[in-house]
Amino acid sequence: MSTTNTRETEIVSDPRVPLVRITREFDAPREKVFRAHTDPELVAQWLGPRRHQMRIDHYDCRTGGSYRYVMSSDGNEFGFHGCFHEVRAFELIVQTFTFEGMPDGVALERVLLEDIGNGRTRLTATSLVDSFEARDAFVASGMDSGVREGYERLDELLAG
Amino acid sequence: MVARLAFADATVNELAEPYDVTVQAVSKHLKVLEDAGLVSRSRQAQRRPVHLQAEVFDLMTRWIERYRRQAEERYRRLDDVLRSMPDDLEPPAMPRPPQTGAPT
Repeated sequence: MSTTNTRETEIVSDPRVPLVRITREFDAPREKVFRAHTDPELVAQWLGPRRHQMRIDHYDCRTGGSYRYVMSSDGNEFGFHGCFHEVRAFELIVQTFTFEGMPDGVALERVLLEDIGNGRTRLTATSLVDSFEARDAFVASGMDSGVREGYERLDELLAG
Repeated sequence: MVARLAFADATVNELAEPYDVTVQAVSKHLKVLEDAGLVSRSRQAQRRPVHLQAEVFDLMTRWIERYRRQAEERYRRLDDVLRSMPDDLEPPAMPRPPQTGAPT
């Protein structure tokens, strides 16, 4: 079990199933946190890295809905899409996630919101994929921080 | 593959077996890993098992930490959004059932 623990975001890479679990607490009630996940105008303000532009094609966050958005940076565009499988007010969002550069790959994502009192919320986000290789590639990718050459070579390997 | 090697040394055939990939594809990937110094292969043994260098664990730890940091940056942006939201939220107009006909 690889765990990194800080006062901030906590992440667990599960050794038994190809899953990554992130937990984070917010100083806001879960109604707000939920709204920030379901209202596309709010989602656009935080989901994408600052130096990427995020264009939401559609974002229909309700059970049976779907989404697609495009991140762009330095002329490169990265599309992402998926379906919302279960959206339950203030507590649960279950959705699929596909990076269009790897259209055969899909992650099953689950965001759980818990009221922990004092107007605070604990968010638990899990991403499950179908192989450890895909999980490790998922962790290793991250277009966010300028992927270095060494990482790219391993990304290729792990994705293969 | 790296996960498999983290468990124990393995031959190319053993690495290819669980996946729908050819031995040639695995060999090609191993060459990349070998060039990067991440795995080594014994020259003496007939089987030439592949050995994962210990530093790879450090690399995975770094990846996981980078992934965590990206998530933390994302959630700090969410902190800002949450702070900017009004306290008296209108009831959300969801979840709506998917297109069950025109509202009355």
